[in-house]
Amino acid sequence: MAISTELEINGKRYSVNYPPDTPLLYVLRDELGLTGTKYGCGEGMCGACTVLIGGTARRSCQIPVSAAVSRPITTIEGLEKNGALHPVQQAFLDAGAFQCAYCTSGMIMSSISLLQSNAHPSTGQIVQSLQGNICRCGTHPRIIDAVQRAAVTMQEGTK
Amino acid sequence: MSKAEETFLLEPERYEFRAMPMHQFALGRRDFFKIFGAGLAVFAVAKNVSAMQETAPGPHGYHNEELPKEIGAWMHIGEDGTVTGFAGKAEIGQNVRTSLAQTVADELGVAFASVRMVLADTALTPFDAGTFGSRTTATITPQLRKVAAAARELLVEKASKQWNVPADKLVAGDGKVSDPASGKSLRYSELAREDIGTQKPPAEDPIKPASHWTIAGKPVPKVDAREFVTGGHRYTTDMRPEGMLYAKILRPPSFGATLIDYDDSRAKALKDVVLVHDGDFVGAAAPTVPAAEAALASLRVQWKEVPQISDQEIFSYLKKNAQPSHEARFRQAKGSVDDGLAAAAHKLETSYTVAYIAHAPLEPRAAVAQWTDGKLTVWMGTQRPFAVRDDLADIFHVQEKNVRVIVPDTGSAYGGKHTSDAGLEAARLARGAGGRPVKLVWTREEEFTWAYFRPAGVIDVKSGIAADGKLTAWEFHNYHSGMSGIDTPYVVANQVTEYHQVPLVLRSGSYRGLAATANHFARETHMDSLAHAAPMDPLEFRLKNLADPRMRAVLETGAKAFGWPRQKSAEGQGFGVAAGYEKGSYVATFAEIFVDRMKNAVSVKKLVEVFECGAIVNPDGLRNQVVGAMIQGLGGALFESIQFEKGRISNAHFSSYRVPRFRDVPEIEAILLDRKDIPSAGAGETPIMAIAPAIGNAFFDATKVRLTKLPLQPELHLLG
Repeated sequence: MAISTELEINGKRYSVNYPPDTPLLYVLRDELGLTGTKYGCGEGMCGACTVLIGGTARRSCQIPVSAAVSRPITTIEGLEKNGALHPVQQAFLDAGAFQCAYCTSGMIMSSISLLQSNAHPSTGQIVQSLQGNICRCGTHPRIIDAVQRAAVTMQEGTK
Repeated sequence: MSKAEETFLLEPERYEFRAMPMHQFALGRRDFFKIFGAGLAVFAVAKNVSAMQETAPGPHGYHNEELPKEIGAWMHIGEDGTVTGFAGKAEIGQNVRTSLAQTVADELGVAFASVRMVLADTALTPFDAGTFGSRTTATITPQLRKVAAAARELLVEKASKQWNVPADKLVAGDGKVSDPASGKSLRYSELAREDIGTQKPPAEDPIKPASHWTIAGKPVPKVDAREFVTGGHRYTTDMRPEGMLYAKILRPPSFGATLIDYDDSRAKALKDVVLVHDGDFVGAAAPTVPAAEAALASLRVQWKEVPQISDQEIFSYLKKNAQPSHEARFRQAKGSVDDGLAAAAHKLETSYTVAYIAHAPLEPRAAVAQWTDGKLTVWMGTQRPFAVRDDLADIFHVQEKNVRVIVPDTGSAYGGKHTSDAGLEAARLARGAGGRPVKLVWTREEEFTWAYFRPAGVIDVKSGIAADGKLTAWEFHNYHSGMSGIDTPYVVANQVTEYHQVPLVLRSGSYRGLAATANHFARETHMDSLAHAAPMDPLEFRLKNLADPRMRAVLETGAKAFGWPRQKSAEGQGFGVAAGYEKGSYVATFAEIFVDRMKNAVSVKKLVEVFECGAIVNPDGLRNQVVGAMIQGLGGALFESIQFEKGRISNAHFSSYRVPRFRDVPEIEAILLDRKDIPSAGAGETPIMAIAPAIGNAFFDATKVRLTKLPLQPELHLLG
């Protein structure tokens, strides 16, 4: 039974009508057209659908829309500010850290979540933190490089 | 398995074509007459064979199409100076959109930023058999160079006439033709007119040698890269055309099951749902995914299942059911293996097996289909848009010219997106949707179950070496897995190499490198065993039996970088090497592993790989492909394996089918040899094929236990 749900996504408020157990992923993609967040498995095993909820990386395919109401949601589309990429986006671009790039949105969102809680992650901490994100093209070393580059630029930005 | 699959002529080198469409729709009588009108219609499409286009067997045998010879079919110079290149290849993450644009810019002499590529659109691009076999760089790059060189010469000729200055006194580059003597120049866009597009490149053309490249050969970043970090790029799965419906398919409970009872009485009350039941095909399309799912859930159906082979019996089944091969191309022999074995100081006979594995592209199979006035447009992530077009035309009884297949840059494929299934299913549902577009995105479980696999196989090797370590005999039999990379690159006078066909058990098709990984695993593991039997250093043993200087070069370069032969600095350390040649490129892989018996753990610590594919077009893109293949290769080497029983895949999820993740990635060094004197070969596949044997050989070095099965699952061999 569809019910009306209020969501705050990328600073905007949306009202959607979906059964409360519908995964947030489908509402983002099919209802709101925020297709930068990807479907990869629907089982929380690949990380392609990662978004930030209250600033923390979550698998949007595992979050019922009813559980996403009270905290702000950020998707890949909400990172760019006034034409400037988020430092993590810029770092992925600079490091060439993608091939088919289908995993890239999820990688970027997971990396932002990591860097928010740990400004200077070690390689081991990056690996640990991105373990749930699959890249089938095998671009892992460049993704680690991108997170390290982003850590540096974000640090410089706060000085 | 469909009848078509069973009877289809096997082409083991090109397994990709063996997976036939899953559906043969009956459509329905009324449908049929709506398309044709009453009476019999026969379409004959004349096709000529052209030497330019490599041929490939499609669902209807060999589909050859003459490639257009006119420059305009391949390239266009706009009034604003924008250059557009056209090619039927698909961008699936291998970065051809960038490397082909580099090629056009380089040869024509224009800025890289002024070139855009239109790829894989059956209405706009020249015919193409498919994006596979590492063929884009080997065939389309020279074709675009040829066209661009011809256009450049024609532009120079026009300027020469206009200024009355000999052509050889003029310079082309930077998007213009200049006369250094007078200082005059004209932009290409001012010189280019219709007449350029209708001309044909000459047989002999002045293509730049790689040593003169200025834009090609450089690490140009991926085209449209920004779109990929902002979520702006629209993959097929992201499309949302106006009025679109979402599709879901009712899958059988097991392979080969047929629908014996179908009751949709409860679905009749559902509004705004398109329900299609056509033979064994049942699908629904609705304004939302939950609505389409609800429609399928309302159906009462019964399936009749049939007995199926399980993973427990697959290898004995493959050996028992090998078909006698009568075709010469499956068997190569020279000298006498018996004589070679009789002369051998050491003999060895080993059987190797490889499991079925899945491509598991992160973007699942997907298609958007729309019928407009009897014409069909399908957007689909596929490696073979023209073959998909042919399948759609055939199955829906429409002319090829009324079907258009467009491939948005796709979320990877690895040889897994050759079939037309998602497109056929979406198009079948769209037929009932009154002109509304229908999108189908396969679930991960469907992707793991209903796509197709890299085939399993058994490989039997018998060999002999003389006391000095020279090979005297080599006999190699591959059952089912395929012929790619089957020929040994080592010098041996007495040899038999044979491929044995077996009817499909699971739906099988192409995979990155095809059977080259299986054949290199068997051969390079066996070579390692022979080296230890000699006994000789495994690298020295290989070099002793190698004549090919390019293969020697990758091995010797890798040995230097890796520090081979290395002294062990810790208990549990192991070092391994493997090498090979396939599809015009060479690879040598060196592995360092660590075996921790206390923890029952095996970890790959370091991989050094040397790769050589002739002149490098884009070193940055190439490095991504090589490192990517190495990491992807870890999965098939160590743990990937499709499990199946009773016609069901037992591990059709990322939770049970393990793919390489961050923690699995070792220290990696990829060394790219740039041979500007050798034409560029493709690079998407060969870098994957020596990973497994290098790791297996390192495991032997550490434990003296020989692993002969893929996946290696080395931990299982530590017990006891």
